[in-house]
Amino acid sequence: MTKRLSLAALMALATSLALPAIASAQDITEVVEAKALELDMVWVAVATALVFLMQAGFLFLEIGFSRQKNAGAGVAKILINLGIVTIAWWAIGYGISGTGNDFFGTDGFFFSFGQVIGSGADAFEVAGADAMLMLFGLAFCAVSLAIVWGTTLERIKFATYVVYAVVFGAVIYPLVAHAVWGGGLLSVDGPLSKPVMDFAGSSVVHLTGAVGGLAALLLLGPRIGKYGSDGKPRAIPGHSMPIVGLGVMILWIGWFGFNGGSTFETSGAFFGEVMLNTQLAAAAGVIGALGVVYMKTKTLDVGMAGNGAIAGLVGITAPSGFVEYWAAPIIGLIAGAVVVYGVLAIEKYLDDPVGALSAHGLAGIWGTLAVGLFASPRLIVEGASPGFWYGLTDGDVAIGGTLGQLGVQAVAVVATFVVVFAISYATFAIIKATIGLRVSEEEELSGLDISTHGMYGYPEAFIPQEEYPVGRFEPSVAGTPVATETAASDTRPLVKS
Amino acid sequence: MKKVEAFIRHEAFEPIRQELLERGIPSLSISEVKGSGRQKGVVEHYRGASLTVNVRPKLKIECVIDDSEKDIVVETILRHARTGSVGDGKIFVVPVEEAIRIRTGEEGEDVLQAHEGSEVPAT
Repeated sequence: MTKRLSLAALMALATSLALPAIASAQDITEVVEAKALELDMVWVAVATALVFLMQAGFLFLEIGFSRQKNAGAGVAKILINLGIVTIAWWAIGYGISGTGNDFFGTDGFFFSFGQVIGSGADAFEVAGADAMLMLFGLAFCAVSLAIVWGTTLERIKFATYVVYAVVFGAVIYPLVAHAVWGGGLLSVDGPLSKPVMDFAGSSVVHLTGAVGGLAALLLLGPRIGKYGSDGKPRAIPGHSMPIVGLGVMILWIGWFGFNGGSTFETSGAFFGEVMLNTQLAAAAGVIGALGVVYMKTKTLDVGMAGNGAIAGLVGITAPSGFVEYWAAPIIGLIAGAVVVYGVLAIEKYLDDPVGALSAHGLAGIWGTLAVGLFASPRLIVEGASPGFWYGLTDGDVAIGGTLGQLGVQAVAVVATFVVVFAISYATFAIIKATIGLRVSEEEELSGLDISTHGMYGYPEAFIPQEEYPVGRFEPSVAGTPVATETAASDTRPLVKS
Repeated sequence: MKKVEAFIRHEAFEPIRQELLERGIPSLSISEVKGSGRQKGVVEHYRGASLTVNVRPKLKIECVIDDSEKDIVVETILRHARTGSVGDGKIFVVPVEEAIRIRTGEEGEDVLQAHEGSEVPAT
């Protein structure tokens, strides 16, 4: 049996080797091209899985920064968001993000096999590779949505997730993605003199998510007890720094797919360069954040070290495919510093439990601008100018040159902010006026786990053992030695002799 | 000497502590307790099945004071802990026979609450 199988395998191998040999040169080129595309898609598939893994990262990060009574709610939140945003992206979002006019895509709704997307020479029929890229886009959209809720933990109504996830997955994120990556206003086809360079989405994904979170936070208000009667912020410590750390590391690993996968191909193993840049910036982000927080507060803040890693990663997201290795640690270091100053400043006015506004918002803005500072002439996209740094050395600081590129990057930041904030604020305002944005005071105090979900994330922290059906602890488990009174007094005399 | 033992909602504690501190009664202890009363239990649903938890978390304040300060403490607790709904808790006042400060061995009412000049600032 074994022999037959291996014989069959050998024959199959021989056929596959022989076929190209007897084919014409043109056929060979076609086969190689097809295989190259398939290899590219294998890499995108790996990257997609890594980007979806980031959902686990957000889950742990947000739950670790929450109190015990809100731990289970975080799980339900991530799952329902992923559920809704997937359907919204498949039905509408992908279409809006793809080819179309200057403002939005017009084809590809209810994505299906064999569907023709686009018109004229650019038209294509949907096949396997397109499904792969569509799924990769969805993973990005889901990351962006996950960022939104960081600011709203421990007090938001569950129904808000449902409504906003539909709007976000169908309209908000796709509009931004279309503008920069889908041939819209900010891309090379747009009216700007230069295209915006955002390799993997410092502004498209991270700033978008953070601005959505800002809109929600302004309408939601702080958690009960966050600000004392004197108006000063008080710390509401999350329940588990180890869980926060796990979340940060999962996000860090997932980011290799996020940035590396944005190459969409394996040619020249360019993804290796992107991933090294990613690592250098994340590392520098930790160093920057920990250094600055130590200078400011004389403590080596664990949560801030995590925020620093995330800020470094967010900062390098846009430049990861455009800068040389020397620039990556600079970008990460500054992102790490920015996140600390950001958290300390924002904390005075807004209750952002995980620091999403700083780590994704401010670092996202910095990352987008950093492309305009450090983009290498070797790596820039067609029609764009290198970073301002190179302009200083070769004298090209004109508006039509490097300074113009920096300006275009700034335009992307402002445009993203305005569009996302306007739609998000309107959506949350409507939710607030109709079904309500926030749980009642009583529900907030008892925790979202029991009040919204009817179950505790950590039941044994809230339910006494005696109330479990089994009743009280039975100390005499078979095989476990039980200390008798004599034995206890033998080993630990009460009075020293 | 009296000991005031109050079972209250968690969120009522901070205003009570602050006011007692302002009124010169800084020494008290708290413990997390679980108990039952007229307030209904919590029903937890766990993947389709349910579990009724008949005891609810409360906070117990214990505060030993001079007889003359009893009314201040009781009144402060009543004012901040009362919401008017079932589950606000109860206050018990019990007599205390002796009080001894461990550090010095002093006895009597003098050791109950902190005195002028003897406060140790919180760091």
